Amino acid sequence: MTTLLYALLVMVALALLLGAILGYASVRFKVDADPLVDKIDDILPQTQCGQCGHPGCRPYAEAIASGEEDINKCPPGGEDGIRKLAELLGVDFKPFDAGAAQPKPKAVALIDEATCIGCTLCIQACPVDAILGSAKQMHTIIASECTGCELCLPPCPVDCIRMIPHGTDLTNWKWRYPTIPIKAVKP
Amino acid sequence: MSWLYDFHGGIHPPQHKDAATGSPIQALPLPPQLHIALAQSVGNAARPTVAVGQHVRKGETLAEPDGRLSAAVHAPTSGTITAIGPHPFAHPSGLPVDTVTLQPDGLDEWQPRQPLDWQQADAATLRQHLQAMGVVGLGGAVFPTHLKLAAGKLATLVVNGAECEPFISCDDLLMRERAAGIVDGIRIAAHALQAGEVLIGIEDNKPQAIAAMQAACAGTAYRVVSIPTKYPSGGAKQLIRILTGIEVPHGIRATDLGVQCLNVGTLYAIAHAVLHGEPLLSRIVTVTGAVARAANYEVAIGTPLAWLLQQAGMSDPNADVIMGGPMMGITLPDLAAGLPKAGNCLIAKNAALFPPRPAEQACIRCGDCASVCPAELQPMDLFWFAKSRQFGKAQERHLFDCIECGACSYVCPSQIPLVDYYRFAKSEIWAAERDKKSASLARQRHEFRQFRIERDKSEKAARVAARAAEQAAKLANQTASPVPAPAATGMDDAKKAAIAAALARAAAQKEAKPLSEQHTSGLDDAKQAAIQAAMARAAARKAAAEAAKAGDAANPDSTATATPAQTGMDDAKRAAIEAAMARAAARKAAAEAAKAGDAANPDSTATATPAQTGMDDAKRAAIEAAMARAAARKAVAEAKKDAAS
Repeated sequence: MTTLLYALLVMVALALLLGAILGYASVRFKVDADPLVDKIDDILPQTQCGQCGHPGCRPYAEAIASGEEDINKCPPGGEDGIRKLAELLGVDFKPFDAGAAQPKPKAVALIDEATCIGCTLCIQACPVDAILGSAKQMHTIIASECTGCELCLPPCPVDCIRMIPHGTDLTNWKWRYPTIPIKAVKP
Repeated sequence: MSWLYDFHGGIHPPQHKDAATGSPIQALPLPPQLHIALAQSVGNAARPTVAVGQHVRKGETLAEPDGRLSAAVHAPTSGTITAIGPHPFAHPSGLPVDTVTLQPDGLDEWQPRQPLDWQQADAATLRQHLQAMGVVGLGGAVFPTHLKLAAGKLATLVVNGAECEPFISCDDLLMRERAAGIVDGIRIAAHALQAGEVLIGIEDNKPQAIAAMQAACAGTAYRVVSIPTKYPSGGAKQLIRILTGIEVPHGIRATDLGVQCLNVGTLYAIAHAVLHGEPLLSRIVTVTGAVARAANYEVAIGTPLAWLLQQAGMSDPNADVIMGGPMMGITLPDLAAGLPKAGNCLIAKNAALFPPRPAEQACIRCGDCASVCPAELQPMDLFWFAKSRQFGKAQERHLFDCIECGACSYVCPSQIPLVDYYRFAKSEIWAAERDKKSASLARQRHEFRQFRIERDKSEKAARVAARAAEQAAKLANQTASPVPAPAATGMDDAKKAAIAAALARAAAQKEAKPLSEQHTSGLDDAKQAAIQAAMARAAARKAAAEAAKAGDAANPDSTATATPAQTGMDDAKRAAIEAAMARAAARKAAAEAAKAGDAANPDSTATATPAQTGMDDAKRAAIEAAMARAAARKAVAEAKKDAAS
């Protein structure tokens, strides 16, 4: 009888101890945010353009992480972005939907400063605060901080913002993939 | 005699150096135009300081350095600036870069030169001088030299005279003919770097250069070391290994190990810049290959390459031209470019010297590339990962330790242009890093924007609350406001009354502000204020019932949350006093308004009287204040009416 009691006591003590340790650990090492969201957010291009239908890249990342949204909704990320997301999430690559927005070359916005009336609407629209100016003063875009999201285009009442595709210069020129040159052979 | 060490791998390609070493350094006449690109060194392009049409003298600064990693650019001769703008550049991309075009006037007139007393000058002054003189590494990498002299207390200064790449012989000729100048440069660099030992490494296929350097170094502690000919012994890491036995590990700079490597051409340029105050205006270029007069030419920076090749007698104007050596050089896309500081050699290609490379075959994993790699990498793995775009894995296998020497491509039996793949992979990785950087900047800015919007919102809410509090304070202090009104006594028109009322309002606001500011602190203040506001509200409602027109004035105050209140004093008492004052003021104002024949006074007297009855002081005060306000408003309205009629 006492043996049985001892055994029971030992088991109860163990259960309490382990329970306490587990309980402490669950409080002490609590993971607040879903680390998957961060990983997805890292892959997204951070243009904050909203073309995915979410108000920014992070909300889209959250939607992907919760399985509510497809991985092919981010045109600025390009197919490369989809591939990376597919690899991260262990799902199949999915091309952009036929009717949806397609990726286009990177660009920065440019304000025609002669036309600008200084209405500040574009400043309010810019998701990354890349537009400088104040009421009734000419506005200008900080090119190095513009993500090319095009969110400043619709609010402009005088249509003075254009998107200028990124040119290539010595700083961003890339060596091409080595290919075998094709020569014309006469028949 | 000390030991010489060996580095891993290496190859022995045919030398082809004899064609150009047969004759001494040749001088050329000035070309009709000079195209001096502003991007002459690693880092930022220089910023132009001259204007089109300006006349410049030889050695005058055309562009000043932009930041630390940048060097100045100078006029190689006197003449007139005819253009500043994009021009073809000696770069594999063929992209134009900003270039200063100079039309020489043929006088070659120097600007005053200022030598530097290098033995007295401190290291910082020397570095600044070299940057201003536009001295950059002439071995091919064009790294600004002033940054290489930044290390102090060096164990060994390695002087690079190896010149291991086939065809190139500009350093060879420089050492043969101008050894004394190089030794002057060594002296300055060794002084700046406080170098303990100076080793001059020269490949043993240049006996004349070795002899000349030995003669020039006689009487000094500098040691000229003849090293075995093997490509790429002229690589900085390889030469350091050969001469000192030190292997520079991945991620560590040679200076951290007490070694620095400088090219002989660079040292010669240092000597000129310091001893004669002459900027880097020209360099020696080997022009060889399919040209009639292969030789080493001393040429002004910016000399059009097509003109230079024509002077050397290039037979086929459409031939491809390599800048640099056949192993590491680039095929120039446009010969209109001016000679850059990096241009050590121009090779006109022909089919005999450069038979077309057979088509690339599949990798057979023979391992020849790994056995010749001087960086001890696994080129076949790097190739595999670069080709399949697995850049992360290529990076893990130290892709960035590859010096692009081309030894692997040279020995590859499958004729794979391995280095092209590595260059492709490197630039893709750089591009990805740039994207990552800009993405994280965008994320940061977006997050800050969201934070800012939130903050603005809460600040606005606080401001609204504060304003409401202010209103309540005004309500309580209104008494103070009409005080200045009597000042207008002598005047007789409603307009003046209106002005007085406005002044009173302003004064009240002024007074209320500091009060409301004081108030946000104490808890019981807030409580008191709340009570007061509630009372004021009730009073206002009553007053509204009595004087329907004045009623609405008190309403905005009902939103008040953390309201005013007087600090020390008993609120009710003070309010009573103020109310009395307000009453008096309101009566006076009303009397004045009546003089102007308006309807304001019956109202104000009618409403003022019932308020005085049995109510407690605070209530009364509130009502008084509200009424006073209403009266003032009416007076204004009347005044306006008067003015209109």
